[in-house]
Amino acid sequence: MNEIAEKYLRQEALPMIFCPGCGDGTVLGAFLRAVDELKIGDQLALVGGIGCSGWMPVYVNVDTIHTLHGRAIPVAVGLKATRPDRKVVVFTGDGDAIGIGGNHFIHAARRNVDLTVIMINNAIYGMTGGQAAPTTPSGATTQTTPYGNPEDPFDACKLAEAAGATYVARWTAGHPRQLIKAFKEAIQHPGFAFIEVMTQCPVQAGRYIKGGLDAPEFLADIRKSVVTEAQAATMPPEELAGRTRIGLLHRSERPELTQRLAALNRGEKR
Amino acid sequence: MSEDGRKVRIIQGNEASVEGAIAAGCRFFAGYPITPASEIAELMSRRLPPVGGTFLQMEDEIASINAVIGASWGGAKACTASSGPGISLMQEGVGYAAETETPCVVINVMRGGPATGQPTISSQQDIYQARYGGHGDYEIIALVPSSAQEAYDLTIKAFNLAEEFRVPVYLLSDEIVGHTRERVVMGGPIEVRERVAPPKEGYRPYAAGPDGLLPGMPAFNDGYRLLVEGQHHDERGIRAGDDVNKSAALVQRLNDKVRKNIDRITDVERVDLDDAEVAVVCFGSTARPALEAVQSAREKGVKAGALRLRVIWPFPEKVVAELAGRARTLIVPEMNIGKLVLEVRRSAGGRAEVISLPRLGGALHTPEEVEGAIMDAVKGGNAR
Ligand SMILES: Cc1ncc(C[n+]2csc(CCOP(=O)(O)OP(=O)(O)O)c2C)c(N)n1
Ligand SMILES: [Mg+2]
Repeated sequence: MNEIAEKYLRQEALPMIFCPGCGDGTVLGAFLRAVDELKIGDQLALVGGIGCSGWMPVYVNVDTIHTLHGRAIPVAVGLKATRPDRKVVVFTGDGDAIGIGGNHFIHAARRNVDLTVIMINNAIYGMTGGQAAPTTPSGATTQTTPYGNPEDPFDACKLAEAAGATYVARWTAGHPRQLIKAFKEAIQHPGFAFIEVMTQCPVQAGRYIKGGLDAPEFLADIRKSVVTEAQAATMPPEELAGRTRIGLLHRSERPELTQRLAALNRGEKR
Repeated sequence: MSEDGRKVRIIQGNEASVEGAIAAGCRFFAGYPITPASEIAELMSRRLPPVGGTFLQMEDEIASINAVIGASWGGAKACTASSGPGISLMQEGVGYAAETETPCVVINVMRGGPATGQPTISSQQDIYQARYGGHGDYEIIALVPSSAQEAYDLTIKAFNLAEEFRVPVYLLSDEIVGHTRERVVMGGPIEVRERVAPPKEGYRPYAAGPDGLLPGMPAFNDGYRLLVEGQHHDERGIRAGDDVNKSAALVQRLNDKVRKNIDRITDVERVDLDDAEVAVVCFGSTARPALEAVQSAREKGVKAGALRLRVIWPFPEKVVAELAGRARTLIVPEMNIGKLVLEVRRSAGGRAEVISLPRLGGALHTPEEVEGAIMDAVKGGNAR
């Protein structure tokens, strides 16, 4: 076991539930490196939703709460409000965050509460066996869209930004170094920070949407489907079409909720 | 204010609940407006910030109960309040709090249902929802105030019980209690159970004592490295849902820690029961006309009495059974289709006749109506 794993994993909670080839392990690894570099172990409070992705924090040996499906964010708000010096990080899935938990997601962004929300976008409901998510591409076949998905997906980053998030980034499981940097930025950002990570889910999305279980190929395809701002600047429009923008997508400053609540405690009117 | 710090005010039951909560140490409230509970959120929003607490108006009641759960693990005594529709939305969260043994208080100012039902009118229809509203087997504690004074006293008690038993505790108030303005004595030497941090040495967060209870309540970021898990878990908090024995043991304990400690929780008022032939078993706002009826019947020479329940869950079955062994008839007035009467009947076990006096629509029973039932029972003779 490597040094970071030894230092941060909750040994008694192992083995992990993730399928072979799943992207969640890469993301968790990047997160632990970010935490290690920031040296904030004791301030961390982790919150997991329900779904494969919601299990990620369960394996980390810090104070962790594994909540209900869709409800990680309000639990995180309660944790943050009771001790604003906590670094509260939410691990959530695409269904968890913007399907069943969508209302909490947009309102936490609106409040600009200082949370880091890491959303694993595998474009499917992984844990329950491959049903359509609000991120499933139009036309894609899943266990609940056998004739092709008749709906269009959300762009979670646009949603976050529109709702008021003050840090928004999107990367993929194929960008571990960029993820470490983004996690560090997000954790240090004093406001609602949202990071979407596009991951390969060979067992569910691979099988049902793509028609193959090959994880490296899946990840390579994800990498081919995305484009950074720098790459986009030099790309002809026909090549750019249909690609998903990755990188830091939005960053702004706005008063943060728990700071404002603290001002109320000091008797200042808002 | 008197010398011992008591003060007397004329306030609504809803306001009294807020004052009781704050006196009990509540420092976090999350809620969403709904009649007839909104005054609780409104007053919390004024009262909490100056005492260092946090008020949050959430996006819905699901968020509210979950924020309360987060706040409780965050180290604060925490509370939410709502009514019918909002309480329905909270049920998954209440079950989560029961599973994870998260102390919290849920105030339900009951109104008429189902659905949007009767927003401004009282009921006692949600008593079984409190006990069985979420999926799975778990127990909660439910206190039922009959007056503004009790809204104060029992809210304090609700917080104390939540801490002692590490369960969600309901205050089942109702529109009448919540909105009636009356005299409330507050402050003074009240009993408040402070949160105690468990020892860290070798700490296993879900290792219970012989009474089934977890010692103290830890908080996040205090060095425990907690894992709070909504799936069935072992004493360390590690998921054990696929272990039938550990799962059974956990669910058994979650229920037993309330059931087997019922004597520590039961809270009843006995009025003229020593020689009562007819006893009214009552709770909440319907106890008000019931007690008046008993008094009036007594004045007419009838051996009537009342058993008023301040805690309905766990149901005080021993107390009711004992009463059924002495009184000939038990009358159960309630503002619903006839619900708690089922528990009374079960506990009476055929040793007393049990008469249901249900009332739908939201109008409180009149004292005459209850007295009429008492008189009928006396006349009927009902030989045992
Ligand atoms: C209220 C509720 N509804 C449904 C479920 C079943 N469920 C568990 S995980 C899940 C989907 C998770 O999908 P996602 O959030 O995308 O996470 P992933 O497993 O893909 O990481 C569902 C529907 C549940 N646990 N609770
Ligand atoms: Mg998913």
